[in-house]
Amino acid sequence: MANMSPNKVAMPEQDPNVRNKNFKEVALGYTKEMAMEEATRCLNCKNKPCVNGCPVNVPIPEFIEKVAAGDFEGAYEVITSENALPAICGRVCPQENQCEGKCVRGIKGEPVGIGRMERFVADYHMANAEPAEVSIEKNGKKVAVVGCGPAGITCAGELIKKGYEVTVFEALHKPGGVLSYGIPEFRLPKDLVAKEIESVENLGVKIETNVIVGRSVTIDELMEDGYEAVFVGSGAGLPRFLNIPGENYLGVYSANEFLTRVNLMKGYEFPEYPTPVKIGKKVAVVGAGNVAMDAARTAKRLGADEVYIVYRRSEEEAPARLEELHHAKEEGIIFKFLNNPVAIKANEDGWVEKMEIVKQELGEPDASGRRSPVPIEGSNYDIDVDTVVIAIGQSPNPLIRHTTPGLDVQKWGGIIVDEETMESSKDGVYAGGDTVTGAATVILAMGAGKKAAAAIDKKLRG
Amino acid sequence: MEIHAPFVARKCEPGQFIIIRVDEKGERVPLTIADYDREKETVTIIYQVVGYSTELLSKKKEGDYVADFVGPLGQPSILHKRERVLGVAGGVGAAPLYPQLRKLAEMGVPVDVIIGGKSAEFVILKEKFEEFCENVFIATDDGSLGTKGFVTNVLEDQIAKGVKYDEVIAIGPLIMMKNVVKITKQHDIPTMVSLNPIMIDGTGMCGGCRVTVGGETKFACVDGPDFDGFQVDFDECMKRQTMFREEEHECKIGRGK
Repeated sequence: MANMSPNKVAMPEQDPNVRNKNFKEVALGYTKEMAMEEATRCLNCKNKPCVNGCPVNVPIPEFIEKVAAGDFEGAYEVITSENALPAICGRVCPQENQCEGKCVRGIKGEPVGIGRMERFVADYHMANAEPAEVSIEKNGKKVAVVGCGPAGITCAGELIKKGYEVTVFEALHKPGGVLSYGIPEFRLPKDLVAKEIESVENLGVKIETNVIVGRSVTIDELMEDGYEAVFVGSGAGLPRFLNIPGENYLGVYSANEFLTRVNLMKGYEFPEYPTPVKIGKKVAVVGAGNVAMDAARTAKRLGADEVYIVYRRSEEEAPARLEELHHAKEEGIIFKFLNNPVAIKANEDGWVEKMEIVKQELGEPDASGRRSPVPIEGSNYDIDVDTVVIAIGQSPNPLIRHTTPGLDVQKWGGIIVDEETMESSKDGVYAGGDTVTGAATVILAMGAGKKAAAAIDKKLRG
Repeated sequence: MEIHAPFVARKCEPGQFIIIRVDEKGERVPLTIADYDREKETVTIIYQVVGYSTELLSKKKEGDYVADFVGPLGQPSILHKRERVLGVAGGVGAAPLYPQLRKLAEMGVPVDVIIGGKSAEFVILKEKFEEFCENVFIATDDGSLGTKGFVTNVLEDQIAKGVKYDEVIAIGPLIMMKNVVKITKQHDIPTMVSLNPIMIDGTGMCGGCRVTVGGETKFACVDGPDFDGFQVDFDECMKRQTMFREEEHECKIGRGK
């Protein structure tokens, strides 16, 4: 008989008023006992709707069965048969819209805590397992991967297992892409990211940092160099701005700049790490996605007194994971829903002083299916702020499309691919992740990398 | 300083820059490419010791390593076959100007240059420019070399003398470029400037290097670093450059010696 508790086994967390002053991980993870107990809530139902909800189709009930039996290494093997980065996915996947969103237990209570168990299994393996010796038979074919984020790492990991010689080219000095520069330490510890990447390197994947494909070397040159296929996972590295007056004043950051200074360059340990980040007393973050939550919670941790989330729609339309919204509220972030900034004002020295906001009401659904915000005339007001972070999304980075003839792209810059194979208009060039979809999630990017790897393998084997 | 960097040396063109990280904890510092040797796979950088990282860099000896060196970044300069081009350099601005003027000279364009500096010791690359420039003018604030005064004084003299330039390339401190443009605008001489704002990644990701050019926001790292000087909002650039002034100071005391 399954455990019929309507609630997930609670996961211990740092107290909100303690954690909003440190960069240690917020959620502390299950113990063995908690994981085994949660596992008994799975009904092991016939249809397995959770598996269909997973972009990489992890055999979820199978791994949960192993957890229930206390066979954590067995569970790890099941998960990693389909997912190379479980410690990361267990932490940052929007489970409520994916596996857990489909769970039948969710109809009458909370769904099974799949994410929490995935995280436990991965952490258990990392803490206990000896690195296994691997021997893979090489097939003598070379594949290049552009960008060492979730899409690229996954694609590389899949291809190396199939016998290819794989080199990943990364523009920054550190691998990981958004896992390193974007998602903060308190949500995704960086040593864990490093370990997951290491495990892919252990399989034989070569990572070349400091190489900017599109500048240091072009895709055509890689092909001339003997790479028989190229996978482009260059991400959505071009920040969007609001295009309102005052965005170039001092104290206005893109979320990318703000988070990169903190996460990649360790600005929170300034001056030990010499890249500074400036936090005022009152910070406004514009947007309500995961990146906006990350920026707001980071600002709070760096000592801001008041941190606002300013978002033009209502809470219901906010794209962030539920857990991130919840954590942000607990940590004292002030939400201003249905508020749209229209101007940023500065003092004589050009430093941000105020943000002018106009209140909104919800109108008809727009192209995204969400109800669109409509300004309420005459409702303009100013708030005092000294730092503004713009977190309203990113577009694909333009370097690749500018330097790769024959590569068809969407008007907004996304690389156009065949959805089945992820192959672009250019023969032998594949793409996936944010560079195709625009800013999305880690797991969708991983799914794309995996699909592309299968298609590349099929094509190169002939 | 010459650095062995095959990926950069194979591809770089005048006008482009690199990002260097001296040590494992270091900042990402953008520096312009002064010269390159495709065969030796080396790139030459010239820098002024202004902060923590450049100080650390200056202590490196031959054969030492730096943590990271990435490039080439930015758009190569667009060099036109003109009747006569004048280069104007302030301080280490002479470094990025050098490959641009040399390439113009190779294209058969007669070039002159004005090199400015606080005093004689800050005037760099004079002999290098003399190899291909028809006229090399020097201006120092204290008069220790060449004309006493600013590069703009020499520029005005040349124009007053009736020397016809159909393009000026000015690279140096923002205030110098702003003042050069003030003069060339009056005489309607097209002027390119090279911007070196605060940036992190250099690939368009952070947007920290945004500048207003012709009323539009551009990213210096991917749209530049060269821009039409008449269109650049120098006052905004100068303000943005001061964003981390206090931290630079703190960093020097905190980590410096």
